Amino acid sequence: MYDGGKIIVGLIIGLGLLLFPFYYNAGKAAKAPDPQLTPKAKEAKVCVEETEYMRRSHMSLLDTWRHEVVRDGKRYYTASNGKVYYKSLQVTCMDCHSNKSKFCDQCHNYLDVDPYCWDCHIEPKENK
Amino acid sequence: MMGMDRRKFLKIAGLSAMMGLGGKAAFELLAPGELEASLKELPLTEGKKWGMVVDMTKMNEAIMDRCIEACHTLHNVPNLGNPKEEIKWIWKETYEHTFPGQHHEYVSEEYHGRNFLLLCNHCTNPPCCRVCPTKATWKRDDGVVMMDQHRCIGCRFCMAACPYGVRSFNWGDPRKAPAALNPGFPTNMDYPTRSKGVVEKCNFCAERIAKGQLPACVEAANSVKPHTLVFGDLDDPTSEPRKSLREHYTIRRKPELGSGPNVYYII
Repeated sequence: MYDGGKIIVGLIIGLGLLLFPFYYNAGKAAKAPDPQLTPKAKEAKVCVEETEYMRRSHMSLLDTWRHEVVRDGKRYYTASNGKVYYKSLQVTCMDCHSNKSKFCDQCHNYLDVDPYCWDCHIEPKENK
Repeated sequence: MMGMDRRKFLKIAGLSAMMGLGGKAAFELLAPGELEASLKELPLTEGKKWGMVVDMTKMNEAIMDRCIEACHTLHNVPNLGNPKEEIKWIWKETYEHTFPGQHHEYVSEEYHGRNFLLLCNHCTNPPCCRVCPTKATWKRDDGVVMMDQHRCIGCRFCMAACPYGVRSFNWGDPRKAPAALNPGFPTNMDYPTRSKGVVEKCNFCAERIAKGQLPACVEAANSVKPHTLVFGDLDDPTSEPRKSLREHYTIRRKPELGSGPNVYYII
């Protein structure tokens, strides 16, 4: 092998660089997202549906709302407990969850999802 | 003795059942969010063919400016300061440009150069909806020609198809509109803005008629002079606009094209 020493040293350095992130982060768990509720949301106790359902399926609920409001003009949502809500991300959801950075963004950033809601919908002003 | 025969027992039982049911239904409907529940089914939200009559005998520049201001503030329509990128939902245009087929060189002084209030005509046969490749714009059952900003891909076919120029394209992000021209933008925190690359236009205040309110321009104009703008269901012969249309001679913009505009002008 010509220049065997150089190649082997190069390989070792390359392998070291490649594995550095694993070595560097070994034993450390990434910080789990910890979405915070605003006092208003805490006080309300329930969202439009069960917490478990909202945690799992809020995106499909919002998608359904968007479709029904924009396409069908049906702007009121009757929750499974009979309560009636105005279907609006900006007006209804963000009224309670007015802490977007500590509520929405926590998990969205952790999971690296980037919903384009906020291109148009206005996020509430926060005192960070 | 019990003092109650079978007939009386059934009567009372039946009545209590009815009361019980009524009470429960009323409770379920009203208790959880009385406001929302009471707004749910207002007669105004049940139109079949929304339309508008603009009474130009009552209209003046100040009222038009008020209408434009009311609409554009409500819907976060930015002023970009550049006519080539202008975004407008409702605006002013001269007689000559509003009714090109009607104009001639001897037109009365009253109408020569006079401004008219223009907005989307919410056509009966809207050419914009025919050409939209994604159905981002379509005609609702109640007559509103609606935009779904989530679906718009910004191809601008609708802008080419609309004979009235009611559609505007967002060449840039509306939130980057010059701050000096747009104090406090976005002006309405309860309504979205648009994003770069979508087409927008008047939606006949769909979000307001859903709550039983009149469109913002109608409210603004009529607070100055009643019946300047008349809004209602053209399918209902007893409605305000139908009454107005019966009583006055009206014209529409470019009716010869067959798009069936639903905004009428009393001249």
